[in-house]
Amino acid sequence: MAKAELALAVEGLTVSFDGFKAVDDLNLYVDQNELRVVIGPNGAGKTTLLDLICGRTRASAGSVKFKDKELTRMPEHQIVRAGVGRKFQTPSIYENLTVFENLEVSFPRGRTVFGAMTFRRSSEVIERVHRVAEEIYLEDRLENAAELLSHGQKQWLEIGMLLMQEPELMMLDEPVAGMSVTERQKTAELLNRIAVGRSMIVIEHDMEFVENIAHKVTVLHQGKLLAEGSMEAVQANPKVIEVYLGH
Amino acid sequence: MSWFSEFGAILAMQGFNGLSVFCVLLLMALGLAIIFGQMGVINMAHGEFLTIGAYTTYLFSSLTTSYAPAFAPYYFFFAIAGAFLIAFCVGYLVEWGLIRHLYRRPLDTLLATWGLSLVMQQAFRSTFGAKEVSATLPDWLMGSVKPSESIDIPINGLFVMGLTVILTGMLALLLYRSQWGLRVRATTQNRIMSGAVGINTRRVDRITFALGCGIAGIAGAAFTTIGSTGPTSGSLYIVDTFLTVVLGGAASLAGTIASAFTIAQTQATAEFFMHGSMAKVLTLSAVVLILMMRPQGLFSIKVRR
Amino acid sequence: MKTIYRNVLGGKAGTLDVLVLAAILFAVFPFALDPFRLSLLGKYLCYAFVAVGLVLCWGYGGILSLGQGVFFGLGGYCMAMYLKLEASDPVSTKIQSTPGIPDFMDWNQITSLPWFWEPFKSLPLTVIAVLLVPALLAFIIGVAMFKRRVKDVYFSIVTQAIALILSVLIIGQQGMTGGVNGITDLKTLHGWDIRSDSAKYILYYASGVLLIAGILFGRFLIASKVGKLLLAMRDKEERVRFSGYDVANFKVFVFVVAALFAAVGGALFTLQVGFMSPSFVGIVPSIEMVIFAAVGGRMSLIGAVYGTLLVNFGKTYFSETFPSLWLYFMGGLFILVVMLFPNGIAGLMDSHVRPWLARRRGARLRNAETPADAPPVDSSLPGTATVRSPSPLAPGEGASTPRVQPAH
Repeated sequence: MAKAELALAVEGLTVSFDGFKAVDDLNLYVDQNELRVVIGPNGAGKTTLLDLICGRTRASAGSVKFKDKELTRMPEHQIVRAGVGRKFQTPSIYENLTVFENLEVSFPRGRTVFGAMTFRRSSEVIERVHRVAEEIYLEDRLENAAELLSHGQKQWLEIGMLLMQEPELMMLDEPVAGMSVTERQKTAELLNRIAVGRSMIVIEHDMEFVENIAHKVTVLHQGKLLAEGSMEAVQANPKVIEVYLGH
Repeated sequence: MSWFSEFGAILAMQGFNGLSVFCVLLLMALGLAIIFGQMGVINMAHGEFLTIGAYTTYLFSSLTTSYAPAFAPYYFFFAIAGAFLIAFCVGYLVEWGLIRHLYRRPLDTLLATWGLSLVMQQAFRSTFGAKEVSATLPDWLMGSVKPSESIDIPINGLFVMGLTVILTGMLALLLYRSQWGLRVRATTQNRIMSGAVGINTRRVDRITFALGCGIAGIAGAAFTTIGSTGPTSGSLYIVDTFLTVVLGGAASLAGTIASAFTIAQTQATAEFFMHGSMAKVLTLSAVVLILMMRPQGLFSIKVRR
Repeated sequence: MKTIYRNVLGGKAGTLDVLVLAAILFAVFPFALDPFRLSLLGKYLCYAFVAVGLVLCWGYGGILSLGQGVFFGLGGYCMAMYLKLEASDPVSTKIQSTPGIPDFMDWNQITSLPWFWEPFKSLPLTVIAVLLVPALLAFIIGVAMFKRRVKDVYFSIVTQAIALILSVLIIGQQGMTGGVNGITDLKTLHGWDIRSDSAKYILYYASGVLLIAGILFGRFLIASKVGKLLLAMRDKEERVRFSGYDVANFKVFVFVVAALFAAVGGALFTLQVGFMSPSFVGIVPSIEMVIFAAVGGRMSLIGAVYGTLLVNFGKTYFSETFPSLWLYFMGGLFILVVMLFPNGIAGLMDSHVRPWLARRRGARLRNAETPADAPPVDSSLPGTATVRSPSPLAPGEGASTPRVQPAH
């Protein structure tokens, strides 16, 4: 594997909370344009891994390289500006603003105080907002207050807010949690569409959904890498079966 | 030689001074530490519960001197119990009428309890007058011990110290060794889960708040042995107390004790070198600077979010 | 031009609100009140600056500062120092043992002017200091606290401690600050007698004009992306951070803006009242300033002005008529507003008065046999305290006041 093709290289990543290692000497490589799904039982360190990559939690040891840029020492907003987007487990949107404003605020311009003061709603912004809204099935809800959206729509809106930033690496934490079957279907389509031209890391529990989207699957267990490979290979792996069924 | 012993005596007395300030701060902070540390509630009226305790002691004292002078040596212990009970009951009512409606709005709790403190101060003023009053202390609390020629340690100071030690010990036992303490700590860590396993979290909240107020009442009783009581006596200490709790790391009892000790000794030492108000400015500024550099306080653990 | 109308004035409703306030301040009060009452009102207008700043910082930003008295006081003291030096010229202080220094210094056996008083010999430097000193302090506090993610009650407690520190410091350093009495006997501003009736009128009008200018600036901020980001940060700080914003910078900014508002209010206060003292710096005045904003409505810039005027008239009335009831009133007001009317007067206007007016208007229209198919105001959500304006572009003062969310 040539190094230039790597979007993300995680090496020896460790974090300990009061002696407890939530992520322990982990190595993980994500190719460019790859959609990687991370699975694992509860407490395996999946969310902590995303937290470490996007700077929400500081690593105790190890490195995270995004396009050869070391992320572990960078402040969160710089990591975002470098091209890493992250969606939280519970939909995290601005309930007091409209759907339009939610997307507009996520537009990557006017990010300094002065820039925000002089930010204008140009036709470019409006066009982008409409394009993204169409993508996330919220075209006709633009003027609604975000708090009035359904749970699934809120998940989509947060994905849309990431799309506004055009991240090169997009990380989604359980994007279909709490969604209906049709919504799951539409989300899988959405992810397959937006995965073109960027790398993605998705945490998910729903195996059917994982099968629908994953290029490659990583299994975490107790903060360590347990298995990695195609969906079939991972499902046939005796260690994985042991962890999922063994206790 | 004599210079040396004199210096030693000054040092010892200054140290004792610091210890007195430490006890006062700790007594105030204990109640607040459980209310703020365990429940996350900012009670700006905490000082007024101390005042309640002090006025209760004053009432006990004046009733004793006018109706049962023979009882005078012993009344103080009943006054402590009374101070606790009354402050506890008022606290219980306040939680029921005010605090429980604002649990999810900490900043608003702060404002509402500030309003409460204004109301309580005025109530004290209307009842007891604006002038400061003092309880008549039993004889055995007066005077001082002289362990050496030039060292003079007042008995009331020793009494407050003893009370602080006992109270802290009892609270530690209650929090870390009793069924109730377990419930409180469980509720602090995970309210929903605690409710699910059958803990009546509302009741835990109410009792915790009332207990914190009751402890402030005892602190008030202790105060009467070293100073007089006015309507605003308690509110004078509120900022110092909050800083003590925050510096201690909010959730830990040991942290509160350590931070009360640090603040008190800094204050006492600074007073040795400069004017009282400048010593206070210096101490508070130091605390604020530490909090700016280490906002989680001196004692805290790194937790997984 | 249209953008200014929309974003600064807040559209039709917002313009009307400003015009009503201007009419009350400039046309009604000056003629209805005698000079004494009017100078009281001028004093209250100075507090209103603080309240308007608090709406931005607390209502929108979710940052509750319990130390606004610090910035009010610093602005006021900077102004007072200039006026005091002007009043202490060698001729009028020739009976002192050291002529040419302020009288309280002479009483405290100080024989030369302390170094930090030197800049206040010059009016331009004073004006700069009035703005720069409080802004710099707010900036330092803000950077120190917000970069380390101190928030909510911790920030409030620290600002309260700073208010205590500054007031104790001023009282303790009597020789350099005038101590507990403050800086008194101020007479002229660059030769202009500030004690005359005409000066009082001019200063009153100046305060009103500056206040309205401040409100318009606040509106501009709220309508800009900064305002949306502040709301977004108040409710979902992490999300804003992970949208690539340095959240701390915005918090520092809005805290400094609030400090500047307070400082301007303080400087105007000194000019109108003729003295400055630590009793405007400490814990109690600082928290009272918060209640002004809370009563008016923590999300409404104009409401904050009315709240300030109302509470202060109440205070004056009660303390003149029933002095012992004043604290009950003030305390009760705190509790009542926080528990029952978290959006204050402006919230009541939005939830009750405006819909009522709209219904009246709607009824009139129907009587005139106009088909009233659409309600004139978006009242599709009866019972909610907030009515969202249909256009996302015009967050006018009244219509789109967002609900106060529990911040945690």
